[in-house]
Amino acid sequence: MSAVLAVEGLVTEFSTREGILRAVDEVSFSLAKGEILGLVGESGSGKTVTGFSILGLVDPPGLVASGSVRLGGEELVGAPEEQLRRVRGKRIAMIFQDPMMTLNPVLSIETQMVETVLAHERVGKAAARERAIEALGRVGIASPAERLSQYPHQFSGGMRQRVAIAIALLHRPEVIVADEPTTALDVTVQGQILFEMQRLARESGTALVWITHDLAVVAGLADRVCVMYAGRIVEAGAVGQVLDAPMHPYTRGLLDSVPAAAAPGARLHSIRGSTPSLARLPAGCAFRERCEKADDACASQPPANDREGRRVRCHHPLC
Amino acid sequence: MNRDSPLARFARDFSESRLALAGLGLLAGVLLLALFAPWIAPQNPYDLAKLDLLDARLPPGSKAGPGLTLSMYALGTDGQGRDMLSAILYGLRVSLTVGVTSGVIALTIGALAGVLAAYLGGRFEQLLMRVVDIQLGFPAILVALILIAVLGRGTDKVIVALVTVQWAYYARTARSAALVERGKEYIEAARGLGLSPARIVLKHLLPNALPPLIVVATVQVAHAIALEATLSFLGLGLPTTEPSLGLLIANGYEYLLSGKYWISVYPGVALLATILSINLVGDQLRDVLNPRLAK
Repeated sequence: MSAVLAVEGLVTEFSTREGILRAVDEVSFSLAKGEILGLVGESGSGKTVTGFSILGLVDPPGLVASGSVRLGGEELVGAPEEQLRRVRGKRIAMIFQDPMMTLNPVLSIETQMVETVLAHERVGKAAARERAIEALGRVGIASPAERLSQYPHQFSGGMRQRVAIAIALLHRPEVIVADEPTTALDVTVQGQILFEMQRLARESGTALVWITHDLAVVAGLADRVCVMYAGRIVEAGAVGQVLDAPMHPYTRGLLDSVPAAAAPGARLHSIRGSTPSLARLPAGCAFRERCEKADDACASQPPANDREGRRVRCHHPLC
Repeated sequence: MNRDSPLARFARDFSESRLALAGLGLLAGVLLLALFAPWIAPQNPYDLAKLDLLDARLPPGSKAGPGLTLSMYALGTDGQGRDMLSAILYGLRVSLTVGVTSGVIALTIGALAGVLAAYLGGRFEQLLMRVVDIQLGFPAILVALILIAVLGRGTDKVIVALVTVQWAYYARTARSAALVERGKEYIEAARGLGLSPARIVLKHLLPNALPPLIVVATVQVAHAIALEATLSFLGLGLPTTEPSLGLLIANGYEYLLSGKYWISVYPGVALLATILSINLVGDQLRDVLNPRLAK
C-alpha cells in the first residue's frame, strides 16, 4: 500500500545566538491510509516542531533545512506559500494542544467553520453551513445547528476541542497532525475524544499523526509509534512490540516512569538527568549521559538497526 | 457562570464610575447640539444678510435684533454682530466633524499598517516602525504647521495634516496589540487551515487588536479637536467663512482686555466641555477594556 504521507530525512533548524540548533534531526516515517502514528517524546524532543515542519508552518528563525515531506506524491518542503496554503486545511490539517486558544474568541463557530470551507471550495454559504453542521455532528456535538451560532466562550474545553477537530475534518483531509490535543482535557473527555478520533480514522481513511508525551494514549490509540529524543527518532515500530519489548534504553526508561508500572508505595522510577540543551548535545548518542548501558562505543553516532519492521538507533539494543 | 451578554456586562462595568457617566452625558449633549445646530441655533451665523453691525459686541442678555428666533443674545455678540450662541453651536459642528473625520481616517490607516507590520514582520515592520518613531519624535503642532504651510489652507488640508500627525499613534498601538494576538494559537490554527493572509489579517487579527485602538481613538479625537483649535487660533486652520471653535476664540482675543470676555470665553468653555467629556469617556473605556484590571 502506498504511503499517504512520507517524511524522509527531515531536518529543521533554528538559528539563535547560541548557534544553529537542530530541533528535528533526520526524522523519517511514513503513514498509510487510515493509519495512526504516535509520535512520543519529552518536552523539547522536537515532536511539535516535526508537526509544524510537515505543514510548513515553521516561522523564522526556524527553517526546514533539508529532507522531504511528500503528501500523496506532492512535495511540500520548499513549495511556494500559495501552494502550501491550498494544501493546508484541505488535504492536511492540524489540531493544536490548547482548545482554549485555537478558536478565535471574537468570531462565531459558524463564521470560523464557513470560512474554512470557503477557503478551499467554491460553494454557497448555505452549503458551507450544511457541511459545518454535519462535521459538528460527526464529532458528537448535540444539536449542532443551534451550537453553530455560538461563540467559543460558550463552549467547555472538551467541546471546543471537538469543534477544533470538526474544523479539521471539514474537508476530510488525507492526514491530520494532532499536537497533544487531549493533554489539556480531563481523562473522561480525553477518552471520548480518543475513541471518536479512532473511529473517524477508520471510517474516513484519514491518517493521523498523534503527537503526545502520554504513553497510555499511544497504547490505546496508535498502530505504530515513533519515540523521539533530542530531535531524533530513537525507536520506531508497531505499538505492541515497542511498548511490550522496548529496544532502546530511553524507551525502557519512559515506560518505567509510568506510575502504573510501580508497586504501591515503591519509589517511582525516573530517568536520571534531564533533556540536554540542543546547543550542547554530546557527540554520538544524545542519550548516553543519562543511559545506564552507555560505554565508549556510544561516543560515536549509533547505527540504525532494522529488525522485523522495527528500527532502533542504539549501540546496545535491549533485545 | 455569568449569563449576561458581553454588551450588558460592558454597560455595567462602564457605569460603575459616576464621573464617566457624567462625561458620557455631557458628550451626548455636545454631540446632539452639534448635530441639530441648524434647528436649535437662534440665527444662521453664516448668513451675512442676517447680521447687523450695530449689534456688534453686545454683552450676554442684550435684546436681540429681528433676525433671531430668540428674544435676546444669550451669550452676547461678536465683532460683526453675530449671535455667539449660534456661532458656538455651528463652530462645535465644524470642530467635531474635523476631529472625528481625521480620527476615523487616521485609525483606519494606522490600524491596517500596524496590524500588517505585526503579521508580516521582517523589513516591512522595521521600516514602518522607524517611520513611526521619527514621526512621533516631532512635536505634533510643528508637523501640522509645516503641512499647512506646504498644502495651503482649507478644511481638507487640515484633515490631511491631522491624519498625518495622528496615524502613527494608531499604528504603534495596533502593532503591539496585534503582536500579542499573533503569538496566540488561533492565528497559527488559521494558517494551518489554509486561510488567505488577507483574511487572517482582516478577520482574525484586526478585531482582536481593536479594544486598545478604541481607547487610543477617543483620546486622539480629543487631541485632534484641540490641535485643530490651535491651528485655527493661529489663523492657519479652517477658512474664516465657517469658523470653528478655535477661530471664534481667536476672534475675541483682541477684545479680551477691554472687558468683552464673552467673545472668547464661551467658545473656550464649549471646547473645554467637549474635550473633557471625550477624555472622561476614554479613561473609563480604558479601565473597562483593560483585561489586567478586569475583576
